[in-house]
Amino acid sequence: MRYSGFRVIAEALTGHRGWKPMWRDPAPQPDYDYIIIGGGGHGLATAYYLAKEFGQARIAVLEKGWLGGGNVGRNTTIIRSNYLLDGNEPFYEFSLKLWEGLEQDFNYNAMVSQRGIINLIHTDAQRDAFTRRGNGMILHGAGAEMLDREQVRALYPWLNFDNARFPIKGALMQRRGGTVRHDAVAWGYARGADSRGVDLIQNCEVTGMRIENGRIRGVETTRGFIGAKKVGVAVAGSSGRVLAHAGMRLPIESHVLQAFVSEGLKPLIDGVMTFGAGHFYVSQSDKGGLVFGGDIDGYNSYAQRGNLPVIEDVAEGGMALMPAIGRVRLLRTWGGIMDMSMDGSPIIDRTPVDGLYFNGGWCYGGFKATPASGWSFAHLLARDEPHPTARAFRFDRFLKGRMIDEKGQGAQPNLH
Amino acid sequence: MRLTCPLCGPRDRREFYYYGAADYLNRPAGGDPAEWDAYLHLRDNPAGQTRDLWYHETGCAQWLLVTRDTVTHSISDVALVAAGGASGGGIAAKVKPEGSA
Repeated sequence: MRYSGFRVIAEALTGHRGWKPMWRDPAPQPDYDYIIIGGGGHGLATAYYLAKEFGQARIAVLEKGWLGGGNVGRNTTIIRSNYLLDGNEPFYEFSLKLWEGLEQDFNYNAMVSQRGIINLIHTDAQRDAFTRRGNGMILHGAGAEMLDREQVRALYPWLNFDNARFPIKGALMQRRGGTVRHDAVAWGYARGADSRGVDLIQNCEVTGMRIENGRIRGVETTRGFIGAKKVGVAVAGSSGRVLAHAGMRLPIESHVLQAFVSEGLKPLIDGVMTFGAGHFYVSQSDKGGLVFGGDIDGYNSYAQRGNLPVIEDVAEGGMALMPAIGRVRLLRTWGGIMDMSMDGSPIIDRTPVDGLYFNGGWCYGGFKATPASGWSFAHLLARDEPHPTARAFRFDRFLKGRMIDEKGQGAQPNLH
Repeated sequence: MRLTCPLCGPRDRREFYYYGAADYLNRPAGGDPAEWDAYLHLRDNPAGQTRDLWYHETGCAQWLLVTRDTVTHSISDVALVAAGGASGGGIAAKVKPEGSA
């Protein structure tokens, strides 16, 4: 069924009796050409592009819970391509271009809203760094503008411009950045994949991998053995657990990142704002809640909840930037598990096991990457070579000293 | 979250700096790049019991070997690295956290 404004009107006039479930609920077949482990944003996008752009068939997505029940529904919904390094920026710009055409491409309203993102500047050194980053963005066609203090004030006059520690001096703006309704991304990709014959198999946890003579033969699951010619793993947050089935240790630690939403307010912030110096970022949802977050909790964790000190720290960051929110009540907090890699950048690569491919290490930046991650992973799976924008995301970059370390923190995941 | 420091008693998580997996105590003796790559970059990253290094930054300034559960956040043991850690046995000489800056 194709969705359109006409369809909505037609269904409204006929009692909404024509809507169908958006995807089937198939039982697993004995074997597939491709198995994608992980029914989140990246796994579903991979299956969608494998079928649609690379013409592949006999594809299954295995999801241990329900589709989109993990990090794709837990993030703070921001899209942007404001990276500095050559290994990253072309990839994220590719992703942003895919976001721009996504809703037409998969015929689903994902509420892609290019409302602009600003990174606040407080010092001359920061202005130099952001100018350099902005120039890098412009070189890769992503677009960037430097705003001065008065231009920021015109956008958000109620910010604390004269904070003694972090006075606001300007900002780096990417107008094409924004937000997307994250659940709809998972649903749109799921529907698009299903309609192209992909089996989306839920409640199907991978419990082992069958590897013979260095080649993957299939996976053991809670719903029995499923054979496959190629297996792609896209389970960021649980990468270490799944790849342990193949005897691999990864350059990744799992950390918990918390996110927050306030009670609904009248329109206050029409874009996305990051206060890097205070470890705080914020946007406002269409329902009116302030959606914000800060740092990861800092210690390895698989619990999808964090601790109070980080909540306090994030609240302090928010108050330093926007004293006006002092009496706003917090509605919800939650946590998601991040694949924190050793250099803060992702991995999309083959593994030492023939036919087994890996996509992970997204740190806390995986959501914006969803379309390009799916496309690039599908490219790697179908053609056995990396997508041109994802060539740097290799496992061996650590051994070879080719880290993609945007923050220059070194091999300590909790600092990225 | 609270850690019970062997010297200071139960203290708030904010007093401690988290460094990483206890793998850092097993520094390679030789110069094999693959061994160093594994030491610096590869992790077991278990869901469940783990051992990692914490520094009592605003307390006794001791490195601690903490045994805890990454799924429940429960802490089962905190020992001084300098005293050999929970498992005992002369690891003190290896604990100087080079490259920890």
